[in-house]
Amino acid sequence: MAMQSSGAAPALPQAQRVMAAIADHRVLVSLVALALLPWLLPSKALAVNVLIYGVVVMGYNLLFGYTGLLSFGHAAFFGTGAYLTGIAIGRFGLPWFAAVPLAIAASTALAAAIGTISTRTRGIYFSMVTLALAQLVYYVALQASSWTGGENGLRGFTVDHVNLLGLQINFLDPVNKYYVLMAFAALAIWAQSRILNSPFGAVIEAIRENEQRARACGYDVERCKLIVFMLSGAISAIGGCMSALHLSIVPLDILHYQTSGMIVMMVLLGGARSFFGPFIGAAVFLILEDVVSIWTPHWQIVVGAIFVGFVLFLPKGIWGTLLDLLPAARERR
Amino acid sequence: MDLSLIIMQLFSGIALGAVLVITALGLTIVFGMLGVVNFAHGALFMIGAYAGLYLASLTGSFWWGLLLAPLLVGAFGMLIERVLVRRLYGRSVDDPLLLTFGLSYILVEGVRIVFGSDGIPFPTPSQLIGVVDLGFGFFPKYRLFVIALVAVVLLALWLMLEKTRVGLIVRAGARDPQIMRVLGVDIGRVWLAIFGLGVGLAALGGVLAGPMRSVNPEMGTLVLAEAFVVTVIGGLGSIVGAVVAGLMVGVCISMVALFAPEMATIVMFALMAAVLLVRPQGLFGLKGRA
Repeated sequence: MAMQSSGAAPALPQAQRVMAAIADHRVLVSLVALALLPWLLPSKALAVNVLIYGVVVMGYNLLFGYTGLLSFGHAAFFGTGAYLTGIAIGRFGLPWFAAVPLAIAASTALAAAIGTISTRTRGIYFSMVTLALAQLVYYVALQASSWTGGENGLRGFTVDHVNLLGLQINFLDPVNKYYVLMAFAALAIWAQSRILNSPFGAVIEAIRENEQRARACGYDVERCKLIVFMLSGAISAIGGCMSALHLSIVPLDILHYQTSGMIVMMVLLGGARSFFGPFIGAAVFLILEDVVSIWTPHWQIVVGAIFVGFVLFLPKGIWGTLLDLLPAARERR
Repeated sequence: MDLSLIIMQLFSGIALGAVLVITALGLTIVFGMLGVVNFAHGALFMIGAYAGLYLASLTGSFWWGLLLAPLLVGAFGMLIERVLVRRLYGRSVDDPLLLTFGLSYILVEGVRIVFGSDGIPFPTPSQLIGVVDLGFGFFPKYRLFVIALVAVVLLALWLMLEKTRVGLIVRAGARDPQIMRVLGVDIGRVWLAIFGLGVGLAALGGVLAGPMRSVNPEMGTLVLAEAFVVTVIGGLGSIVGAVVAGLMVGVCISMVALFAPEMATIVMFALMAAVLLVRPQGLFGLKGRA
């Protein structure tokens, strides 16, 4: 036993050091991993989806993982970002670089409105209210069909090339498209890391751990919750803009409760409260969907069962569990 | 717009609200007692509708479906509590919610596998086809029956909770489960029964709603949102709140459908937002719970 452990000993601190280095350079590590992604996955389409959902789920994780607020309505911001990008380009003829910031700003305003109502409630109420308000957004989009295309979805705003500092990039080429969209993802990842590194990032985690104590320390808990709700909505809206540019169509389903649920599933699979969890969760979910739907059209039953298993046995998700294993390995030494 | 039309629409709203009341009641009773919000409630409502339809076609009578479906689905709910939800007591309040959400995925897809993805019409029982003359207009018999049945179920529930020993245990358990344990009550069994009751009520709502709307695997999603709106307006855990808010939402929807049909799907959410701005804990909710 002693022989074995002395043999394994140098390897373990090294693993720790690697993990610490990864944590210290999380933005860089994320970007390198995402840059390699199209070449690791079986299809470019899958890689783009991982990129888009990764950003959406990352924004959601700010609210659920870091602040501890379980929203079931994040499709509202994902969808609004997509719809407004499409409307700004198709209806108003704006170029994409004007449409995207506009869509993000308007989605943040929606998040302010929904956040004002929902952050007045706590615990389970919050989940129910966010779900209901997101359904409201869904029905508004369904009814306002002259603007949104109703059930058929929004069409007619194809972006076929991107003009970057005089450089014409063909946006129909899947590899070009991936790396252009990755620039948006890079912005979102940097913003997320910046928020978490700031004092505000520490405050939201304090609220998650003990709301009363955070209040007693003098923090305006309600205001912090509203701000984090808006930031979270804004980052998820970036994913929506990416989705609109990618698909050149916005399906009505993007606003559906199922989409909100999928975001929740992804964050839990990957690991809430962790920086890399959202991208890992999005990748695992989408690959799972891809693989299982080859065998059966009823892939949702498999995904649902796996999700239930995670809630019961691995509530920290893939990345969170992995992180937990390392100190345990150190103790064994 | 003449008055009789408005009164007829009011009755339609009450019938619609009655189904909402039964469904939301299941949700609110389980929360009040166990502190668990069942996200599979909508899916179990849908399972109830399918079970009612299947049993009715098996026995040839709607009435057997109406009687047996809530009992069977309620028993299924008890199985869910024992096997899955029970493991999560004492963990974060989010965990049972996430679990039941995942479960709803499995249930909806399971129904798709067994019954297919398309909607199935749910025939109205032959005795209840047609209309009744209410003096100011004609009203569908079936809807009148739904209102009456829901009233009877509510009365039975009220009597059980307020007048029986079991009801006493249930009410005390909602206040302080620890003391109940000390007094020698097996609170685990009470929770099991209450979860089954809540799921059974969802299934009853599903069977009753069947003939009023077509039955399809996705019907639970809208119902879940509706039940949430009703419980949030009424106050989570409050039985009176669920009844008042359910009827209020039902009447509101059908009234708005009369004057501005395109707003009908939106109005209940607006109502909820308005209530939350004034009273975050809901109309009959206890302060501090919200």
